[in-house]
Amino acid sequence: MTQALDEIKIGGLGASRKRVEDNRFIRGKGNYLDDVVLPGMLHMEILRSPLAHARIKSIDTSRAWQIPGVHLVMTGEMMATRNLAWMPTLSYDTQAVLATDKVRFQGQEVACVIADDPYIAKDACEAIDVEYEALPVIVNPGQARAEGAPVIRDDKENQADNLIFTWEVGDAEGTERAFAQADVVSRLRLHYPRSHPSPIECCGSVADFNRATDKLTVYMTTQAPHIIRAAVALVAELPEHMIRIVSPDIGGGFGNKVPVYPGYVCSILASILLERPVKWIEDKSGNLISTGFARDIYLDGEMALRRDGKILAVRLRTESDHGAFFSDAQPSKFKIGLLHSAFACYDIPYAHLSNRGYYTNKAPGGVAYRCSFRVTEAMFFQERMMQAAAADLGMDQAEFRRINFVRDDDFPHRTPFGFLTDSGQYAACLDVGLQAVGYHDFLRQKEAAKARGRLLGIGISTMTEPLGAGNSREYDILGIKMFDSAEIRVHMTGKAMVRTGARGQGQGHETTWAQIVSHELGIPADDIVVEEGDTDTAPFGMGTYASRSTPVAGAAVAMAARKIRAKARRLAAHLLEVSEEDVEWELGRFYVRSAPGRGVTIQECAMAAYSNMPDGMEPGLQNQSFYDPPNLTWPFACYIVTVEVDPASGVWDVTNMVAVDDCGVRINPMIVEGQIMGGLTEAYAMANMQFITFDAEGNCVGSNYMDYLLPTAWETPGYELHSEVMTPCPHHPIGAKGVGECAAVGGPAAFVNAVMDAISDTGVRNIDMPLLPDRVWEALTYRRDVSGAPPVRSDE
Amino acid sequence: MTTLHDDISDAGPGVGPGDVPLRRITFSVNGARTVAEVEPRLLLAHLLRRGLGLTGTHMGCDTTNCGACTVLVDGATVKSCTMLAVQADGHEITTVEGLATASELHPLQEGFKEAHGLQCGFCTPGMMLAAKALLDRNPDPTEEDVRWALSGNLCRCTGYQNIVKSVLWAAEKLGASSAGKTPDGGASSAGKTPDGGASSAGQTPDGGASSAGQTPDGGASSAGQTPDGGASSAGQTPDGGGEA
Repeated sequence: MTQALDEIKIGGLGASRKRVEDNRFIRGKGNYLDDVVLPGMLHMEILRSPLAHARIKSIDTSRAWQIPGVHLVMTGEMMATRNLAWMPTLSYDTQAVLATDKVRFQGQEVACVIADDPYIAKDACEAIDVEYEALPVIVNPGQARAEGAPVIRDDKENQADNLIFTWEVGDAEGTERAFAQADVVSRLRLHYPRSHPSPIECCGSVADFNRATDKLTVYMTTQAPHIIRAAVALVAELPEHMIRIVSPDIGGGFGNKVPVYPGYVCSILASILLERPVKWIEDKSGNLISTGFARDIYLDGEMALRRDGKILAVRLRTESDHGAFFSDAQPSKFKIGLLHSAFACYDIPYAHLSNRGYYTNKAPGGVAYRCSFRVTEAMFFQERMMQAAAADLGMDQAEFRRINFVRDDDFPHRTPFGFLTDSGQYAACLDVGLQAVGYHDFLRQKEAAKARGRLLGIGISTMTEPLGAGNSREYDILGIKMFDSAEIRVHMTGKAMVRTGARGQGQGHETTWAQIVSHELGIPADDIVVEEGDTDTAPFGMGTYASRSTPVAGAAVAMAARKIRAKARRLAAHLLEVSEEDVEWELGRFYVRSAPGRGVTIQECAMAAYSNMPDGMEPGLQNQSFYDPPNLTWPFACYIVTVEVDPASGVWDVTNMVAVDDCGVRINPMIVEGQIMGGLTEAYAMANMQFITFDAEGNCVGSNYMDYLLPTAWETPGYELHSEVMTPCPHHPIGAKGVGECAAVGGPAAFVNAVMDAISDTGVRNIDMPLLPDRVWEALTYRRDVSGAPPVRSDE
Repeated sequence: MTTLHDDISDAGPGVGPGDVPLRRITFSVNGARTVAEVEPRLLLAHLLRRGLGLTGTHMGCDTTNCGACTVLVDGATVKSCTMLAVQADGHEITTVEGLATASELHPLQEGFKEAHGLQCGFCTPGMMLAAKALLDRNPDPTEEDVRWALSGNLCRCTGYQNIVKSVLWAAEKLGASSAGKTPDGGASSAGKTPDGGASSAGQTPDGGASSAGQTPDGGASSAGQTPDGGASSAGQTPDGGGEA
């Protein structure tokens, strides 16, 4: 009798396996975009607009052409002759590649130069003379809808104003009736500011068009290489089978590397024209002022409440600022993303949401920054509203949440906005968090400190969020259904290769996908190699964002492995000379039910697939799965923060941060905890210092890391993580839920609620993020709400 | 060994674009003596990456903030995007490629893998070199020492807690750490910014002086806030040139 395999030892499900990708990264041997060097490669630089809104009167490139080493200078006019001055966006709008008629945001691409060396290309950009005629600038929805406002998108037919769309969801009448019966109506208005995902690596591409084969290869910083291939086929009118997109190692994405950017398109056209490889590497300012922003939404909400704390209804009116082009990366049916996932963890009978989206003279926004399509805004507003409502009722904020939670035995639960949540133990998570933070002790300390003039505060954020789009019935991007895929090849010696349609950017796919296969087939994880990011070899998939990799591509890995196991069972029956029905499976091994000592390993089955298959069986051991999830996954999280605010300066310090995440089955607990800590830090960053805004002229304030502050190891607080509560996803093959962005989504409200709690005696209802010391000081000193909406005040 | 920077190789020997004379410099990279002819304006980071093919030194921000391009110059940390290649003349450069020997990883490299101190890996080389400079001068650092020493290096993925653990793991492996200094990974943020001075400096969004709080090696404002004295911040800008 053989000993059963120890799943943790072979690196299967639940093993905190050390990451295989680390082996190259710790040696400085990663292969990031800028590390790609091809023979004969040229370098491209982009000239950007210094103005936010201006008509282009003339562009003179003659001095740039004179500089030795310059091969090509491209302008919008030149792009237009090839029908490439404009490109479609992911939200059925158009976006300028290089400006022709006018520039519509500061940093917009106006021209580009291709030269022997990037220094020369930069010199040549500075030698391009552009004459602008400045136009009035719009930097918020209020200005956009004002009477007589200039029309930003005068390039579009039938666009008489700056309104992009209106959208609503929910039961307006039922909500109205519920409000009529309310004992208390609580109201909160706030601006969730623009935020930039700002991965440390900027965007870039190396386009390589080969005239001899007509094949276009593009190395590109993209989280979704297959979508890019489709987009390039459509934009450049090239045959899809002649396009190969390679996404090499990515130095962080966070949603910033989902869209198609003008730089990619320009490098492709330049390579086609010059028949040489062309590399474009964005600089940091270019990245911060021109690529995918997130958020920038004005939320005005009301909550109808019964005196005993029961929520009767919620009403949300919102306005969103999308910048100059509507290029949100989101499922096409949902114009303002999944903002209507707000309040999903609470049992609320009625809700209604309406939104109006506007063009402004700002870079196009609406990428899902560590977020599933506006879920961050939804959960932030939800938890800020919960705190405000609890205060209005005079109730304890933890208790108010508890009595409104969807109960454990109420699943599946239909939210008032139509989502179906399927699992969770919300109150149990809250209890773990309250216990860990020492909730009641802290409340006593807070009172005692107040007597001595010190301001302590505690903030809670509890939420369930929808992760892992689709299903394909409801979720598509440009009509392409949001499924994902995996392909597994088991070689004859029992080693295996996995490819998926996802593309990791630090999430550790090379480690965790192998663990799923190991769990399903009993092949040691070290015997499995994972490859992603090359459209010529990977199966079609929708890429990695919105925490969808494990829910969708990870599920596809499990399903493909199960198909392989089914074939291996037939091979085992053949080897064991019994019927398939008499064969049993244990990890890594099939055996005869009546004689458990007689068995064959998965490796022996693999060898048989190539050397000894039964008559009539197709040789080989390889399969694939295209997985269309039946629903989103619904992880739950409870984040609790304590702070101390310095009344003299408005500075606040985090004194404790407890995170309780129920994300279902954890494939690799070490990696899951890494994801949570990273998300918490981005939450802290948004709440505390990550400040990017615009002045009245549309100048981007926060266009470099000296102004756009990212937290360092010094400011970043420590975290206490909890995983005691685990509710498997009922529909995912291995019970996993998404987790990568929970902390970034649910975290900001915990920090802000803590500060607001600390200054609650002032009666101040809201300070917009980031809670900079001067804003907190202003609220404390003048006892008034502090808005962070642009244009930024001149004294800031 | 003579290395001609490949970007100017078409321009003929001795002269760069615009007829700018090239400068010949001699320096050592990871222990190997290196001669290069470079344009005077060439950044050290670009010489390392393009001229010498040492692509482990990453370019993140071009403005001395992110620290992805951190290398050691004569043992002290320098952001190589803000040092001209000609300034390396006569100095010893260490890059991430110089950390491991042929047969053995540096304990910092092991530590980053063991403690999950990296995710996308882009900031990792700079982090490890900043940490090496710390451990070279302080083999027995506290968590606070580590956090301060790494505060010129940005990471967007990890939240730093595991990076700190990685460095402390390496310190222990190097035999320098006494018992009880093992990183516990707990919620030890309380008291980390003892008087809130450093963090508040970093939180003012657009004041000119505020940026110094984010790059402690960058300016006078950080002096005195260094837990282990001003020596470390001074030590991070060996030639004093080019720091923002």
